[in-house]
Amino acid sequence: MIAVSEVIMIEPATGETIALSKLPIGRDARVTAVNGTGSITRRLLEMGVIPGVSVKVVKMAPFGDPIEIRVRGFSLAMRRSETDAIEVSY
Amino acid sequence: MEVNGHNSHITVALAGNPNAGKTTLFNSLTGLKQKVANYPGVTVERKEGPWKIYGKIANLIDLPGLYSLDATSLDEQIASDIIRGEQPGVPKPDVIVAAVDATNLERNLYLVMQMFEFGVPVVIALTMIDVFEKQKHEIDVEMLSVLLKTPVVAVNSKSGRGREELAAKVAKVLYTTPVVPYVYDETADESGPHGKIFDRYNFISNAVQESVWHSDHKQHLLTDKIDRVLTHKFFGLVILVGVLLVVFQTIFSWASLPMDLLEKGFGAISDFVRVEMPPGILTDLLADGIIAGVGGVVVFLPQILLLFLFISLLEDSGYMARAAFLLDKLMSRVGLHGKAFLPLISSFACAIPGIMATRTIESRRDRFATIMIAPFMSCSARLPVYTLMIATFFAGRTIFGFISLGAVLMLAMYALGIVVAIAVAFVLKRTVLRAPPPPFLMELPPYRLPNLRTVFQNMITRAWLFLKRAGTVILAISIILWALMYFPRALPVPSVGPQVPNSEQLETRNPESVTLPESEQLKHSFAGKLGHVIEPVIRPLGFDWKIGVALIASFAAREVLVSTLSIIYNVGKDENEQSETLISAVRDAKTDEGKPAWTPLTALTLMVFFVLAMQCMSTIAVVRRETNSWSWPLFMTAYMTALAYIAALITYQGGKYLGFG
Repeated sequence: MIAVSEVIMIEPATGETIALSKLPIGRDARVTAVNGTGSITRRLLEMGVIPGVSVKVVKMAPFGDPIEIRVRGFSLAMRRSETDAIEVSY
Repeated sequence: MEVNGHNSHITVALAGNPNAGKTTLFNSLTGLKQKVANYPGVTVERKEGPWKIYGKIANLIDLPGLYSLDATSLDEQIASDIIRGEQPGVPKPDVIVAAVDATNLERNLYLVMQMFEFGVPVVIALTMIDVFEKQKHEIDVEMLSVLLKTPVVAVNSKSGRGREELAAKVAKVLYTTPVVPYVYDETADESGPHGKIFDRYNFISNAVQESVWHSDHKQHLLTDKIDRVLTHKFFGLVILVGVLLVVFQTIFSWASLPMDLLEKGFGAISDFVRVEMPPGILTDLLADGIIAGVGGVVVFLPQILLLFLFISLLEDSGYMARAAFLLDKLMSRVGLHGKAFLPLISSFACAIPGIMATRTIESRRDRFATIMIAPFMSCSARLPVYTLMIATFFAGRTIFGFISLGAVLMLAMYALGIVVAIAVAFVLKRTVLRAPPPPFLMELPPYRLPNLRTVFQNMITRAWLFLKRAGTVILAISIILWALMYFPRALPVPSVGPQVPNSEQLETRNPESVTLPESEQLKHSFAGKLGHVIEPVIRPLGFDWKIGVALIASFAAREVLVSTLSIIYNVGKDENEQSETLISAVRDAKTDEGKPAWTPLTALTLMVFFVLAMQCMSTIAVVRRETNSWSWPLFMTAYMTALAYIAALITYQGGKYLGFG
């Protein structure tokens, strides 16, 4: 299923939020906040990683970094340091 | 404005996300008549071609692939300048065709939302529709068009589906004003600085929800399965090494047959000129300066074609992104991007295609750092030099009685290049090219079968760009080097009679050549005098003026050292690095004081110098082109040669101190 119809809800599901980099692999979660004002934050938002969207960590690269996430039906690779700005709840 | 010589005033811009099938669509609309160049002052590629719309011919401009028009990268800056009509030399587009990947609608539509704000009518070309329908998803194109208030056409570049309709819609929206389909309230500030992005995505989500029905088909099923192997922690790396080996092996050895043929072909042309034209300066210039100079460039063509064949296949299939994903951690330790690995590996065959391959790296600083270290990889042109030195001074020697000293030295030369490259990258990324670590943020597109026509066209384009731009600079430098070795004449320029030996560094195959006067000529030429001039500088490296002349000549191309040494030592310039006559000539060579000119230590010093020095005018020309400035290639030449000198000095003086040589 493409994660299209699951976008709207903005309230966290369990109330507890963690950084995306701490999310266990394969667990579905929902973005609650994308922090920061820099160009990385902006690029993440423009690629559709905005609060309310569902997201999951698909895998890690061999040396533990970068990680692959799936959002809005596509895969995005990013370094761990970049995922710190993304908060999720699950 | 006349565009491309077509009688048309319509300009259409083709824009879309990377991996949205934009290039394939562009090729299917324009056919083979495309023009590729760079936008002035930058290395962003400018691609355009004619597109027939109802008998009229529109100029279709392919914008760089982008995710946003908010100008955070150079590509985005150029794209938004073009759409605004502010890019010099490019007329403001009358219509934008937006390539939108149906399997990745939401993110692709984000860019379209931005396009609406430029006041240029937009037609959406829905690509990948075959894949989308194969996954049993359904899309109501009419509904989407109504919601977005702009025409939407499903296209298939392979079957030609939608091509006519796309042209019809473009003709229809010409000279209309687009309606921005969503409302953004500038005054509502509760959403913060990124409110506009949220509004756009909210609108898109609703529009997609109303017009698309998704089946339970898992879109990523196949890609996930492939990725389970290809990005596996262990097997992924093993396969990557295998892929690199194949690429390396191909450009290193398979290219050698066509390269030999090209070399022989140019030799034959040069001989032909020599036979057919009366002897004289003009003939010598043509045969040894121009033909040999052009030949020296064209000979790299097989390697460039092969490397770009592989790069296109790897990029278009989606594997390149995976390889960067696998290697990013390693590469980021020295401050490079994961995508730098392929250019660097390719540089072991030849730095020229390697440097051209850095275009896949988006960040300018990362790209330049990669370009700056690529020539340290021991390329195939260094092999004749290593081989000659090893064959002359280290052949048959072993370490511990069974390890060949030659093999160890060869390996050490490769290792030296790599170690220095890492160190230089480390320093560069902390000084001149210092920047916060660039965002890695890279899409891993679904695996797709590469479109062979796109691959082929990419190959041809690269080859042509190389020949056209690098060729002019290289030609000029060849002529200068030729002149340095040709003038002033030691013997009168012949007007009649049998051929008088010519006196250049570049190869000719003239059986009549008497070898002695050639070396005499060389001694009296500007190059010979330069050899004497630099002798005090290279003395501490153990080199005499004759080696100096060979060094000067080898700044054209490294392998020229071998033919120049042959001329200097009077053994004829057709000798190669494994020829016994040349080997014994080098071994027996004497300095002007009558001492042996070479010792094993001198040979080792020369090899170290060749690992690190920037002695390749083709590379300099390509760096000039790729960085769009003279300062980078000059900086590169200066620092590499300085490093080479210091390392050679340490080798020679250290070796002498330790009692060698």
